[in-house]
Amino acid sequence: MAKSIGPDRKESRQERGITLTDDTLTQHRSVLFRYALLHLRDPDQAEDVVQETLLGALQSDAGFAERSSLRTWLIGILKHKIADQQRRSVRETRLFEPDRVGSDEDIEEDLFNPEGSWMSPPNAWSHPDQSLEQEEFWLIYEWCQQNLPARQAEVFMLRELVGLEPEEICKEVGLSSTNYWVTLHRARLRLRVCLEARWFDKQQTGDK
Amino acid sequence: MRSCREVSELVSKSLDVHLSLRERIAVRLHLMMCKHCSNFRKQMLFLRRAGAAYMEHREKTGGKGSVKR
Repeated sequence: MAKSIGPDRKESRQERGITLTDDTLTQHRSVLFRYALLHLRDPDQAEDVVQETLLGALQSDAGFAERSSLRTWLIGILKHKIADQQRRSVRETRLFEPDRVGSDEDIEEDLFNPEGSWMSPPNAWSHPDQSLEQEEFWLIYEWCQQNLPARQAEVFMLRELVGLEPEEICKEVGLSSTNYWVTLHRARLRLRVCLEARWFDKQQTGDK
Repeated sequence: MRSCREVSELVSKSLDVHLSLRERIAVRLHLMMCKHCSNFRKQMLFLRRAGAAYMEHREKTGGKGSVKR
């Protein structure tokens, strides 16, 4: 049966007694926007797909009792909107290339000896927070982040940049809880090594 | 005594969930004695701050003020 999505949709939504309101949806706007921004480099495009998603959600008559399932559902809609946008856009950059394989290999073997001690122990980083103010640091950071194996990049970004909860990410990416922790940890190990080699070690050399 | 490899996993995990009492004690004892893992922990906390700051940076530098909350 065709649903009414015309100009009178607000009325028909109320008539059907839908539980979704502008307020419940707006709570998720920030997470949705960040999610979209990771996939679409242009914030205007990201804003557009979030608008479309929220509008699409309001037009749908699905009711959601739980906040977490609502967000999962919204992200599902958002993903479709992002894919549409990427098809339309020439200058899109996909972060999670499906062909970036060699994914989740075990970096621990390179970092720890068989006894579990650091082979190349973490040095103290000098004034790390000052780096956050430097444009060059962000170029390095972005490079390191995007060169993580695809699955690790996705899990890391969904957690640290978008701010999804671990359970949401497991569902989203299709990982067991154990594999989620391993994947996130490996992403952090790699990012640490990359930032140390390409930024912090150089800073310290430069200081001397 | 847990190895650096095990402790680094627990440190990473502790950013997201509460460790058990036993795990917390093991991590604390290890960090008291191990400068390397102690550095590692500081760096993990930094990565978390950097991730959040990165998004702020992206929203600021990339946009034309179209971010609505």
